[in-house]
Amino acid sequence: MENKINLSFLSKSANEGFARAAVSAFVAQLDPTLEELADIKTAVSEAVTNAIVHGYGHGNGIVTISCALSLDKTVCLTISDAGRGIENIEQALEPMYTSAADDERSGMGFTVMETFMDSLVVQSEMDKGTTVIMTKQIGSDSTLS
Amino acid sequence: MQITLKLCNKTLIVKLIGELDHHEAEPTRMVIERTIAERDAKNLIFDFSDLSFMDSSGIGMIIGRYKLIHSLGGQVALVCTKPQTERLITMSGLKKLMTVYPGVENALRDLKEA
Repeated sequence: MENKINLSFLSKSANEGFARAAVSAFVAQLDPTLEELADIKTAVSEAVTNAIVHGYGHGNGIVTISCALSLDKTVCLTISDAGRGIENIEQALEPMYTSAADDERSGMGFTVMETFMDSLVVQSEMDKGTTVIMTKQIGSDSTLS
Repeated sequence: MQITLKLCNKTLIVKLIGELDHHEAEPTRMVIERTIAERDAKNLIFDFSDLSFMDSSGIGMIIGRYKLIHSLGGQVALVCTKPQTERLITMSGLKKLMTVYPGVENALRDLKEA
């Protein structure tokens, strides 16, 4: 099934739950397992939190999510902000690295996205914003009953 | 998210029901810090058995409370039965700092003996 949604919302932390729930409800039409759905929800939560905390530094901005489903049951998520951007992507991708240590951040966001999804691409430009593109194929899990 | 606090001797049991993300982490942190100070709690048990979702913001919140309890000479234990939460806890390396139990009673028993 080919299908696509676009969402955009204010960079308020109250919208993190909305973003997870909306993507999860949309992806449900591919009939994912509970584990696959939990993986996608977690990855969305991490990317949206990054946009709010790091992209906009808790300030106001717009977070956009595009979620596309393809015929081979691949979910492609693109999550963007127009915030401050990441200076050093390589460093940001390192496990446990955080630029906001005072904020009680674990530095695990990108590691979680990488682990729970099949692929992760991070594009960023200083003062222009950051885009995270993630894919996950539904039904490739051999633990299906 | 719903937070239930219970003090058992010097151990504060924090039961979280709902979704623990970045939005919920800060109010949760404040309630726990205040209660530890007011009730002079030594140990901390996080009961995640009815937590339907957690992301890395939850891990950050746990590590923050671990640092506090550890500096006071106490211990932190986790109760977790959900596979998604368990995976995240394993990934984070938290198990090097604290033990994960299948139920609150098991955690309480170990903390009492320590």
